[in-house]
Amino acid sequence: MLWETIKLAVQAIFRNALRSFLTVLGIVIGVAAVIAMVIVGQGSAQQVTSDVEKLGSNVLMVMPGQDAFEGGPGTTDPPFSLADNNAVERELSFVDIAAPIAASRARVVFGNENRRTDIVGTDNRYFAAADWEIERGRVFEPSEIQSGRPVCVLGETVRDSLFGNANPIGETVRIKALSCTVIGHVKSKGASTFGSDQDDFVLMPLKTFQRRIAGNPDVTMMYLSISDRIEAARAQEGLERFLRDLRRIGPREDDDFTVMDMKQIATMLTGITDVLTGLLSAVAAVSLIVGGIGIMNIMLVSVTERTREIGIRLAIGAQARQVMTQFLIEAIVLSLIGGLIGVVLGLALAVLGSNALNVPFTPDIGIVLLAFAFSAAVGVVFGFFPARRAARMDPIEALRRE
Amino acid sequence: MADRSATPGPLIALRGISRIYGAGETEVRALDDVDLSIDDGEFVAIMGPSGSGKSTAMNVIGCLDAPTRGDYLFDGVNVARLSRDQRALLRRHYLGFIFQGYNLLPRTSALHNVELPLIYKGLGRAARRDAALRALAKVGLAERSHHDPSELSGGQQQRVAIARALAGNPRVVLADEPTGNLDSHMSVEIMEVLRDLNHREGLTIVMVTHEEDMAAYADRLIWMVDGRIERDAPTKRAA
Repeated sequence: MLWETIKLAVQAIFRNALRSFLTVLGIVIGVAAVIAMVIVGQGSAQQVTSDVEKLGSNVLMVMPGQDAFEGGPGTTDPPFSLADNNAVERELSFVDIAAPIAASRARVVFGNENRRTDIVGTDNRYFAAADWEIERGRVFEPSEIQSGRPVCVLGETVRDSLFGNANPIGETVRIKALSCTVIGHVKSKGASTFGSDQDDFVLMPLKTFQRRIAGNPDVTMMYLSISDRIEAARAQEGLERFLRDLRRIGPREDDDFTVMDMKQIATMLTGITDVLTGLLSAVAAVSLIVGGIGIMNIMLVSVTERTREIGIRLAIGAQARQVMTQFLIEAIVLSLIGGLIGVVLGLALAVLGSNALNVPFTPDIGIVLLAFAFSAAVGVVFGFFPARRAARMDPIEALRRE
Repeated sequence: MADRSATPGPLIALRGISRIYGAGETEVRALDDVDLSIDDGEFVAIMGPSGSGKSTAMNVIGCLDAPTRGDYLFDGVNVARLSRDQRALLRRHYLGFIFQGYNLLPRTSALHNVELPLIYKGLGRAARRDAALRALAKVGLAERSHHDPSELSGGQQQRVAIARALAGNPRVVLADEPTGNLDSHMSVEIMEVLRDLNHREGLTIVMVTHEEDMAAYADRLIWMVDGRIERDAPTKRAA
């Protein structure tokens, strides 16, 4: 009997194939969206985790200002100096490398090409601390750093957009009023976990930047590579104590600088990714409900259209429950078909999305089953009312209806 | 097959049956205190002007409707107060229906149409097919079993409907204006099938009609007016 009913439902659905397809479109989109969102979201979370692991020894970034997002050039708190940076490296045993950084946005021009990018003043310690490898050319000479020579090392994105296939070494680029000789470029790191381009910068000696670009002796960030023999939290604590001392902050005053732990940031951003994934999935789930209403609508139409059939079935001995089951199963089969198409489409979208965002494709059978089960539940919930209407029909009335 | 009754007495007995629609001022008595007995193996025609209650009588006898008052003994069992679902079971196992408009499922083969009541009876695939083919053979349509209703003439469609009514091996077949949509040639064809089933298999048939010619195929004619039985007599054929 159940098998008969399912066969009957499938027949009824394919009798109106186009209408059925349009009806299940809402479910298809809902299921596909949920699956794609969740899989891509999980992929990026996994990407973050592996990126964090790749950071290896921990990195701390120190900026003036009480809040990481208010720090940098805009803050009113006193900046650091090269001396501060060197004191940190010298005095704190757990700081392996401290790289001073001063940076601003500016346009870099070569011939007809130009690009707005991050101009970063630093020294060779930054290559080591941030793991930048020279692809071609060389790092700065001590004399270039000492005297603030106009030389620069390009990030891959800048190199590519200014020089394309040409060799940039020895060429001169212009940054504001500064003519600067390209002495090298570094290997690409690709997009960061969150899509920002890590290769979009020009490096030059700190002194060159301070004198020719910024016009002040400030260091706006210290980039620290921390020994892996110390716990991140203890390193941060030690660093904070040292900096409060160095900057003469009274015991009742707040820090006027911010220490950011890269791993901590990555973890926080994973949290943001999770929240975003959750929100987008919730939106997608709403479309499942909209899809369910579509199914209810079309099932009501179907019940009305097939009033006579219902009358016949009741007359020859179908019980209310059986008519109810018939239409309920039809609604469930309908939404399961939608769910199935949605699963296939969602997986396809997840593959495309993972490729586009450069995150690993991590198919998750759990979410596929969940979405599928949810679409069946939609069929039950939204098929119930039309099915009950069919079951409650009076056979005499139903047979009289044209 | 001549005598299927397990208990003596009439197969159908209506005792003081009333079917009242509405209440108070607007009350309509479609059946008004009707007494009627039909024996196993009878072929009864019910006639009457429109609004006389013949269709209501048919619905009550066919357990599609429940009477407002009175007792309905079907094979000795009072079925007047059964629930909707219990009446459905009664229809499923003991009654067959033939309608004026055939009421076959469209885009469904004759065979599947005839199998339909057997699905609800819970028969397996093979048994269903068997019984349906036998029923189609009885109405002379065995070779058309795979045709859709749209590919059959009106008379053939009605014969499929008869086969559907017969397939479940019912105690009574109820025919509501079975020739109403048919021309006289096809009407005769249908009536001969029904009379044949009655004579040869002893099938009890209750038929509503408004055509004297068709009623003449029955053994007994009941004439209704205003919800009451005005005349109840054997037809000329029977006499």
